[in-house]
Amino acid sequence: MSRSPRSQAHGYGSQGTPSRTRAALVSLQTIVYKETHRYLRIWIQTLVPPAITMTLYFVIFGALIGERVGEMDGYRYMEYIAPGIIMLAVITNSYNNVVSSFFGAKFQRHIEEMLVSPTPNIVILLGYVAGGVGRGLFTGAIVTAVALMFTSLPVHNWAITLSVVVLTAVLFSIGGFINAIYARKFDDIAIIPTFVLTPLTYLGGVFYSISLLPEFWQGVSLANPILYMVNAFRYGILGSADVHIAVSYGMMLAFIVAFGGFALYLLNRGTGLRS
Amino acid sequence: MTALAVSDLTKTYAGGQIALHGVNLTVDAGAFFGLLGPNGAGKSTLIGIVSTLVKKSGGAVRVFGHDLDRDPWAVKSSIGLVPQEFNFNTFETVEQIVVNQAGYYGIPRGLARQRAEHYLHSLGLWERRDTVSRTLSGGMKRRLMIARALMHEPRLLILDEPTAGVDIELRRSMWDFLRHINDQGTTIILTTHYLEEAESLCKDIAIIDDGRIIENTDVKSLLQRLSTHAFLLDVDRIPQPLPQLNDFALRQVDDCVLEAEVPRGRALTDLFAALSEHGITVTSMRNKSNRLEELFLRLVESNDSAPVATGGTDRQEVTP
Repeated sequence: MSRSPRSQAHGYGSQGTPSRTRAALVSLQTIVYKETHRYLRIWIQTLVPPAITMTLYFVIFGALIGERVGEMDGYRYMEYIAPGIIMLAVITNSYNNVVSSFFGAKFQRHIEEMLVSPTPNIVILLGYVAGGVGRGLFTGAIVTAVALMFTSLPVHNWAITLSVVVLTAVLFSIGGFINAIYARKFDDIAIIPTFVLTPLTYLGGVFYSISLLPEFWQGVSLANPILYMVNAFRYGILGSADVHIAVSYGMMLAFIVAFGGFALYLLNRGTGLRS
Repeated sequence: MTALAVSDLTKTYAGGQIALHGVNLTVDAGAFFGLLGPNGAGKSTLIGIVSTLVKKSGGAVRVFGHDLDRDPWAVKSSIGLVPQEFNFNTFETVEQIVVNQAGYYGIPRGLARQRAEHYLHSLGLWERRDTVSRTLSGGMKRRLMIARALMHEPRLLILDEPTAGVDIELRRSMWDFLRHINDQGTTIILTTHYLEEAESLCKDIAIIDDGRIIENTDVKSLLQRLSTHAFLLDVDRIPQPLPQLNDFALRQVDDCVLEAEVPRGRALTDLFAALSEHGITVTSMRNKSNRLEELFLRLVESNDSAPVATGGTDRQEVTP
């Protein structure tokens, strides 16, 4: 084993000791880089499956069944479901990215690399959420490209479209983070997506307008937060929605603040991370 | 200056298991300090608290004067941790692991790459920098953990059983490297089950048992407490039954090796003369190296026999 002398003094050597803010920004950059590298490295698992699944949705529900359905809220059925299917991809991928990556880090214990470092908890949360948003938007873009092979998507309002998709990805990334904190085994990271997320997404107006439902079920549907996101996104693209856009924004922001605050609280307490 | 000051540190795990009973410990800056103790004694809990992986129940921890509760950023920035179990991402390459670790300490990527080259060279891993970590040998993984802990050039390096499962040659070269790091000014705290390792590397040691520090002194003073010296003697023949010598305890190690205990202050010539009377000729001799082990066992055994008001650690796992 070689024994070369240490080239620099303790601390940060010739670069000088960085300010805490600068150090935190480098930490954030590192986590985002690491997370992005992770989902790009395993692109066969992360990026290809949503493209295939969503293509099947467009072929089966859009082209084959959609022709028989006719119009929905004045739009061709394929055109109507496209925004919902894009949101479905964004929601599931942003959630799955964070839940699997953070739980994997816990399971392999390499989360300790971050926990022993001076990286602030808010930076850990932001880093993982940024990774989830990145994958959510990436797959959203892939599914949009697939959708454009089947239908046109005339964007009604770019600002609403982009802000809604980003806010949705942020919210579900935080959701994945909270799930990963509580998870103790791999089964625990599959329960929420399977039994909560998927039903809520499918019942959130991806494939239909809630105006088709009886009045009672319309009321029940309004308790589903995903409905507001799907509708806000559909409004951004088509200019038509079942709920008011302001209500959708209010719901998304409220959930982001509540979930984000809770995730940070859990991190600060060390729940599931520090004994 | 004090590198680590722990006062009245207590830890009670959920379920009431008491791991630390008011531990007090001080490690001077620049020391090569050994923390010894049987399994379940509280070593890893103590290290876990200092490195913030375990939440303390009470007491205080100061690292280079920074209080863990008031300024965790400064404490964490000062510490490099080499844990007992491999805890790196097994899907990342060697270089990615160390560069990312530097990033968590706020070290920009360019500087991190320079340091990675330096430390991976120093630890003989540079040629394997693009290797996915899960394919490394056990010894390489241990060295990777050390390189990773040094990336932010910590003032206090904590090593929890760093040479466990490592072959003798590699262990010796790791000792040389750690001595070198210590000579450069890094304070080192080492836990090990290899007492020969502690005797060889550490100037000061503490022995922890049942969540209490039962000894905290320098190795030299501790070894002086032994009332006898132990030697291994290569002899031409060993008569049977083994002769009983006055003042010297003999034990047969193998066909041609005897272990002899010589009381402090007695001349070795007396031993040789006594053996010669029984027709035994000594052809060569050497010190028995693991004297610390003997003391360690005595201390732990005496602590076990002392009445303890509150238990709770996994004493059934203690391996004397």
